[in-house]
Amino acid sequence: MQERVKKDPEREFRVVGTRPIRPDGADKVTGRAKFGADFKMAGQLVGKVLRSPHAHARIKGIDVSKAAVLPGVKAIVTRDDFKDQGSEFVPAGEMLVNYRDVVRNVLAREKALFEGHPIAAVAATSEKIAREALRLIKVDYEVLPHVLDAVEAMKPDAPVLHEDMITAGVTPPPTKASNVAKRIEFVMGDIQKGFKDADVIVEREFNTKPVHQGYIEPHAVVASVSEDGSAEVWVTTQGHWIVRAHCARLLGWDISKIRVTASEIGGGFGGKTVVYLEPLALALSKKARKPVKMVMNREEVFRASGPTSGANIWVKIGAKKDGRIVAGEAILKYQAGAFQGSPVQPGCMCAFAPYDLENVKVVGYDVVTNRPKVAAYRAPGGPISEYAVESVVDEIAEQLGLDPIEMRLKNAAKEGTKAAYGPKFGPIGLVEGLEAAKGSPHWNAPLGKNQGRGIAAGFWFNIGGETTVSLQLNEDGTLSLMAGTPDVGGLRASLSMMAAEELGVDVAKVRPIIADTSSLGYNFLTGGSRSTFSSGMATVEAARAMIKEACVRASKLWEIPLDAVTWEDGKVRPAGDNAGKHEAMDLGDIAKIAGKTGGPIVGYSAITAHGAAPSFGVHIADAEVDPETGKTTITRYTVIQDAGKAVHPAYVEGQFQGGAAQGIGWALNEEYIYDDNGRLENPGFLDYRMPVASDLPMIDTIIVEVPNPRHPYGVRGVGETPIVPPMAAIAAAVKRASGVRFFELPMSPPKILAGMKAVKANGGAKATT
Amino acid sequence: MNSVIRCEINGEEREVLADGRDTLLDLLRDRIGLTGTKEGCGNGNCGTCTVLFDGEPVNACLVLAGEASGARITTIEGIAHGNVLDAVQQALITHGGTQCGFCTPGIVISAVALLDRKRAPTDDEIRHAIAGNLCRCTGYDKIVEAIRSAASSSRASAP
Ligand code: FES
Ligand code: FES
Repeated sequence: MQERVKKDPEREFRVVGTRPIRPDGADKVTGRAKFGADFKMAGQLVGKVLRSPHAHARIKGIDVSKAAVLPGVKAIVTRDDFKDQGSEFVPAGEMLVNYRDVVRNVLAREKALFEGHPIAAVAATSEKIAREALRLIKVDYEVLPHVLDAVEAMKPDAPVLHEDMITAGVTPPPTKASNVAKRIEFVMGDIQKGFKDADVIVEREFNTKPVHQGYIEPHAVVASVSEDGSAEVWVTTQGHWIVRAHCARLLGWDISKIRVTASEIGGGFGGKTVVYLEPLALALSKKARKPVKMVMNREEVFRASGPTSGANIWVKIGAKKDGRIVAGEAILKYQAGAFQGSPVQPGCMCAFAPYDLENVKVVGYDVVTNRPKVAAYRAPGGPISEYAVESVVDEIAEQLGLDPIEMRLKNAAKEGTKAAYGPKFGPIGLVEGLEAAKGSPHWNAPLGKNQGRGIAAGFWFNIGGETTVSLQLNEDGTLSLMAGTPDVGGLRASLSMMAAEELGVDVAKVRPIIADTSSLGYNFLTGGSRSTFSSGMATVEAARAMIKEACVRASKLWEIPLDAVTWEDGKVRPAGDNAGKHEAMDLGDIAKIAGKTGGPIVGYSAITAHGAAPSFGVHIADAEVDPETGKTTITRYTVIQDAGKAVHPAYVEGQFQGGAAQGIGWALNEEYIYDDNGRLENPGFLDYRMPVASDLPMIDTIIVEVPNPRHPYGVRGVGETPIVPPMAAIAAAVKRASGVRFFELPMSPPKILAGMKAVKANGGAKATT
Repeated sequence: MNSVIRCEINGEEREVLADGRDTLLDLLRDRIGLTGTKEGCGNGNCGTCTVLFDGEPVNACLVLAGEASGARITTIEGIAHGNVLDAVQQALITHGGTQCGFCTPGIVISAVALLDRKRAPTDDEIRHAIAGNLCRCTGYDKIVEAIRSAASSSRASAP
């Protein structure tokens, strides 16, 4: 079931809001779409990576001499082939990365910091030879004690990963190195006073495990460096301009020498915003003077590309008897993996964002551990902190005997609410979402045996950023649209629709492509739910620039002043009777006169998009818990979320459903499991269990549309919020189905069974894990 | 050791040179350039490499190239009927059942195999038929809708 709740009084659209066929559809269902590993260059070599078998070890020496003389080996690179980088933070998606760390993540320098950490890379004429060469590389390791857990890593006697890391954000600065990269704090009001006023206070500690983005397409790249030093890169990525920037920096090359083309991308969810293979492939290609192709296998994806943080979260909330929250406090400890930069900051900012509160305090710690460096994963940081906060809100509602939707309505953020992290919200759709939930058939349906229903809210900021779009009017009146944010969820379709809307043409007349880095101005990556928002904004601007130009051309042709020409219903027309009698012209007519009125017509927009607006969601989950096995089945699920304006409703629904499914996996099954030596035990889809079709129910959606006043069509990003509410909604449902409240993810069958047994043994007392 | 494998691929007799350790997936992707069949895991757990082997869906990454000798293989490139998409392909496009599209070839093959066997499957049967095909983008909803609609549409009367 798919529904829409509209709150847009004025604007009528012709194309936006309909469901045309996507331009990339036919290629995708026939196998013609070219993904990262589908590209091939004549004479290409195969590149492979040697990885550390140890979670933490000093690298005393790397001897490649035997490998280098193996017939068929054409190039080898190690730490010696990359210059060290100074400390400098640059944005990558919603997170920051430090070049000193990026170079070390691509190839270990002083130490291997996680199992799977790249040590060397080889290019050879066949995969077999490349593998043989890896076996011949001798690495002299001094194995060191390791630490995996954030709480453990914060202890004074924990093994220290970076001997020079002094915690930032603490005054006076500590004198000793530790694994805590940074402490952050957001405070509003007076929580002491707030808690004093509370009738009920609930305080809980939660633990979550790292989970992987789980894109089905592994990382893949082909790089070719020619004799004059110019390079071509073909790669599966969420941001090819970012790939270009990072590679140029790590290799010390001019940015203009690297041309990066983004292939079709087989899922990213934040994980394809990082460079892993690209600098290696370029360095190998330069040395070997041949193209080099590198593809990760699934094990490497799990072991060495970034999951999101596992975390320890403590939350305390106080409320009045009527449900009004008077104080909220949280402490978040997020694993960053081998290098600093966990999403703990957005985690802190999101924690209480759905609520209009006076007294809030959130403290976060960014903690390094001997795991792969975390990467962004859909709303990075938000799902973890909001899971904990929403779970406590649910428990308070239960203690007070309040309906959980009413409890949230009492406290919901709305237009004018000041968020604990600073800004005042503009128009937002949380109250509308909660009302829609309350009235939904799902919320009011009866439950079966062993079933329970939970609800939770969620928030994500969304971002804008640098964006360029170019729109060419072709000789026959069709349009070529170039954008630079890789299409992960139907972007090309949405952009064509916006161009068609603006220009009054049929959407099939607009052919969109994702341009390479040398063919279009700079574009920041696809992330932060920005692509439909920012590239959409640039598309509308480019289209408007084209309309202006069309008017100029008509005024020349008709020999009347520009202000006597107007654009209406997809045509240039004389503005009034005084303008004379001229036949109105559509873009097809304009295209024909382009040459003789001033040359080709191109609409161009290069902007930093501002005005991204947050999207709030509300999820309802029904869980059935088998009392014999502890297995939880989600029997019904509904996603309600504010899209501002759904450009292509089917793709908005697709984002809602996909995010919810990932959240269901996070809640019930997915986790990284390590052995005592810090080696990952489940680096495959068999043991890292993501939801399959038979695990899931139909996922209903309700699109709420409270327009974003700062976008020409009211659009909000929608891609990330859907992964925020599921964990708390499902935990609440499991509580009602099983009688046990769990404080740890995933809620896997053995844990649930143990929890239910404990409750029985305690005669119904509360059990925790 | 290289050897010559003779088999039928998408209706054409082929002779392909393959290494003794090549899988059918290597043969398809690397030896003859049919890259529509994907490699998401290489060990039988994701379904992106699904092809029809004598009419039955199999994971090509688990089949040795040598085993394909004399077999009839259909890949995603061989599913459309000439210029006309199969109803399953068409329905996946119209219902938004493909997002990134990486799982799509495998899903198409599994769905075609199901509908060849069963004209009007229940949602449960559809979900089980594609349970070996991981999709991380869609939550499966629109895929199930698409297959259901393909079953009730032209495919029932298609050749
Ligand atoms: S590649 Fe064959 S099942 Fe995953
Ligand atoms: S559409 Fe992306 S994995 Fe299925």
